[in-house]
Amino acid sequence: MMTNPTGRVTQGQFSFLPDLTDAEISLQIEYGLERGYAWSVEYTDDPHPRNTYWEMFGLPLFDLRDAAGVMAVLAECRRVFPTHYIRMLAFDATRGVESIAMSFIVNRPPKEPGFHLERQETDGRSMRYTTRSYASDAPEGERYGAA
Amino acid sequence: MSYSLPGFIAAAGKGGPDAAAETAAAAPARSVADVLAESMVEAVLDDIDRELIGLAPVKQRIRDIAALLVIDKLRANQGLAAQAPSLHMCFTGNPGTGKTTVAMRMAEILHRLGYVRKGHLVAVTRDDLVGQYIGHTAPKTREVLNKAMGGVLFIDEAYYLYRPENERDYGQEAIEILLQVMENQRDDLVVILAGYKDRMDTFFASNPGLSSRIAHHLDFPDYAHGELLAIGDRMLADMSYRFGEGARATFGEYLTRRLERPHFANARSVRNALDRMRLRQASRLFADRERALTREDLCTIEAADIRASRVFGGGPT
Repeated sequence: MMTNPTGRVTQGQFSFLPDLTDAEISLQIEYGLERGYAWSVEYTDDPHPRNTYWEMFGLPLFDLRDAAGVMAVLAECRRVFPTHYIRMLAFDATRGVESIAMSFIVNRPPKEPGFHLERQETDGRSMRYTTRSYASDAPEGERYGAA
Repeated sequence: MSYSLPGFIAAAGKGGPDAAAETAAAAPARSVADVLAESMVEAVLDDIDRELIGLAPVKQRIRDIAALLVIDKLRANQGLAAQAPSLHMCFTGNPGTGKTTVAMRMAEILHRLGYVRKGHLVAVTRDDLVGQYIGHTAPKTREVLNKAMGGVLFIDEAYYLYRPENERDYGQEAIEILLQVMENQRDDLVVILAGYKDRMDTFFASNPGLSSRIAHHLDFPDYAHGELLAIGDRMLADMSYRFGEGARATFGEYLTRRLERPHFANARSVRNALDRMRLRQASRLFADRERALTREDLCTIEAADIRASRVFGGGPT
């Protein structure tokens, strides 16, 4: 039985849902802006679960009032990295919070082969586990069928 | 894309002739009165009339623009082909004639009519748009534009963007990005350029692309003597001061003399003059240490505070 029947990387919010449309993305951004979050756009072609920090596209977008500005940066990022994973992050700068409040994937490669779970038998009967993406054998920038 | 327009809160029970329109909230507005009531834009227009002194031609133009936008809205409701109107503007006039103030009100009007989504004003100058080295300008300009999305971008002294004497100046790059956004993201932001009349004209002559994308040119006239005096009255009242015995007449005389001098910046000069008078009033009161000061004393600008000004050929300032 497949544990993840959609075969898609599920990280952050909405990742079990069908892909958000641009209108839905901008509604989410609008919601974040209303709560005073600063948005930023991140991309990677190594979506390993432990790869917490992706590359940021440009600078974090502080002091924005409208989703159109964030959407412009996202459009630019999609143009540069069409087959990368791209996610939106909302940073809550409230004193004492100062962390990511929202995060969701907005762009995926066309084919996501998923992860291999490697089992290693060690001393006694103990097992060591490690996950490895099927796509990450290729060097950075050439994964997921990128040109 | 669908956005909620906060300005479009239906005016509560006005009991006008169009009671039917209120019951059917979804029905699109058919009359000018409906749009005005829905958008509450008339309150802003009245505010402009009441709170801004003088500027009659500007006020008329603002009313004309508002009328055009309201009619466009009605046309759209009828399904008539209506391209998003170009709303970029140019405000020309001498310093202190109220360009920034009017721009703020304009943002409010556009917001209430639903032509910009947020209605904030981002005021910038050349320094905020143009970078210091190669590759610095584009991200800087984009950042400012992103901040202004959903509102109004006000570029003060816009002619400094273009420096013909230096062909490697990065200003041209900023202008190109600006043009691109003004054309392609018309419904996301409105750009208002401001500056002196003659220098703006030269600027437009050398950047025809920019001039052709600006639909509305508003010229701000200088204030007359009486208007400046009225502005002074209002500023003083806002700061909770008042003129003492004969001080208002002295202030009028001050303005007459000040108008003849160079670098007169209209309302801004009035504000600065009032600030200096407050300074002199404070030192006058400060000098008298033992005296118990009443509320009246603290509020009153005396004629002597004005007389001490340099334009009377007397004191040092």
